[in-house]
Amino acid sequence: MPGGEPAILVDGLVKRYGELLAVDHISFQVNRGEIYGFLGPNGSGKTTTIRMLVGLAQPDEGHARVLGYHLPAGISQAKRYMGVVPDVSNLYDELSALDNLLFMARLYGVPREEQKPRAEQLLRDFGLYERRKDRFSTFSWGMKRALTIACALIHEPSLLFLDEPTTGLDAAAARSLRSLISGLREKGLTIFLTTHYLEEADLLCDRIAILVRGRIVRIDTPAHLKRLVQMESLVEFTFRGDILPLAKELESRLGEAKAALIDPNTIRIYGGDPAEVFDTIFQFSLDNAIGIEAASTIRPSLEDAFLKIAGLSPRVTSAEKSPGKGRR
Amino acid sequence: MAVAWQDELRGIYHIAIKDMRTYYLKPPAISWGMVFPLAWTLAFYLRNPGDFAELVPGLLAMTIVFSTTAAEAVVINFELRLGTLERLLLAPIGITSVLLGKVLGGFLFGLFTTAIVAGASILYLGLHPDILRLALIAVPSLMVFSSMGALFSVAVKEVFEAQTLLNLPRFLMVFLCGVVYPVSALPEGLQLLARLLPLTYTVQGLRISFFEHGDPLLWRDFAALLFFLILFLLPAIRLLHRRFR
Repeated sequence: MPGGEPAILVDGLVKRYGELLAVDHISFQVNRGEIYGFLGPNGSGKTTTIRMLVGLAQPDEGHARVLGYHLPAGISQAKRYMGVVPDVSNLYDELSALDNLLFMARLYGVPREEQKPRAEQLLRDFGLYERRKDRFSTFSWGMKRALTIACALIHEPSLLFLDEPTTGLDAAAARSLRSLISGLREKGLTIFLTTHYLEEADLLCDRIAILVRGRIVRIDTPAHLKRLVQMESLVEFTFRGDILPLAKELESRLGEAKAALIDPNTIRIYGGDPAEVFDTIFQFSLDNAIGIEAASTIRPSLEDAFLKIAGLSPRVTSAEKSPGKGRR
Repeated sequence: MAVAWQDELRGIYHIAIKDMRTYYLKPPAISWGMVFPLAWTLAFYLRNPGDFAELVPGLLAMTIVFSTTAAEAVVINFELRLGTLERLLLAPIGITSVLLGKVLGGFLFGLFTTAIVAGASILYLGLHPDILRLALIAVPSLMVFSSMGALFSVAVKEVFEAQTLLNLPRFLMVFLCGVVYPVSALPEGLQLLARLLPLTYTVQGLRISFFEHGDPLLWRDFAALLFFLILFLLPAIRLLHRRFR
């Protein structure tokens, strides 16, 4: 494997599906040993980018080098050193956890004498050893994700692609998986992570690229991204009733400030003069006979930075918070 | 690291072995690939036990067609639907090797089923085929129909779609290619059509290996089968490439 180069070097990559421009001239570089986050709403081109980098799709324009190998010509060599965890756990239902790992080991040419010890060690590392003889189909969603990651590590790759690794997991399983991912960084792996969970990117990533409608709009560290919005006013109100039917009226009263519905009773106001915002909301509450349960100014999060940088209406992100897909 | 061709061969082998363990007992493989040809064979035997030996080459050919194509529909379409085929494509082997692994999986299933029918027929009826010539026709035939199954299966996503699509050539061949009626007994136009279908050469070749040991036409059948193998295999590979372009 060519050494010394960045793990991934992408220049002007484009992918079209008919009329749809899924990835629009993106360029970025992932350094060896870092966790690089690819952050964006659904349909922003995250998975398409991964598919091009792992050889499942051909770019229409642009250049990419992965671990020093030019794509697509060098993809077969690059695959030896990369592990891929797709957004769905696509292992074999009929095989046991151990057999799935052993099959992957054979497919990747792991020496015969190392196959079983490596597989068993990974099962221990991922807390699946007791279930090693159970079929994949009997596993919970979280266990399936864990085994899928283990399978991607069986050939000891130096670059790991993780596509939405915690999607669909409950909070405890997601936390446990994030801790496993952090552990992989300590082993020196380069990790390319796509997610739409902003807190996950904040916790795990060294750098983050924000992708909107196929284009990278910003690349920076999570700390720098958050600093961009720290000077802005952010106020959150919780009402005693459902304010969804009154959202339009509220928005019209706010002027420069923008409102994001966090849940039917809670609204977050971005920008504007905080004193004016409080006055407006209290008047709104009186006029509509809807009490205020709590009001607070809040510290900007990565989500707030994301909304500002991406230029998305906060309401858009609210709408995407369907069960299992939203921020936790 | 091993050289590339060794990686490819290893990949083909392990995919085929995994398919045997994973898919051979799936209901569509059992019903279309084993029960159907075995039931058909039994039905012909019960109808006319006296002349059954004459039908053995045709029934073996039919077993080859149904077992291999049914297995391909299962080993390819289950994986397309579940996304596991993509996982195979992430490994350091080419798309061609992935497809060849799948074709080998169908080949082995067909070989197993055909061996049962052939073994039972030979032992029970006391037939004396030329085993070398039998293999010379059976092996490429298993590859031809496995490739045909792969071609049709790669074109669709679901197992039932592949099985339904495959029924058109399967039944057409069963009735036109000499499985039940000799090709020479068909009207001239249908005889011409039969010569364009690969099963005709399988049936002819098997008949020679069972009853006409010295017939040099066996080589013509062998060559025709190799032609059909290329005819099915190359488009199947190209179609799989296009799915992941």
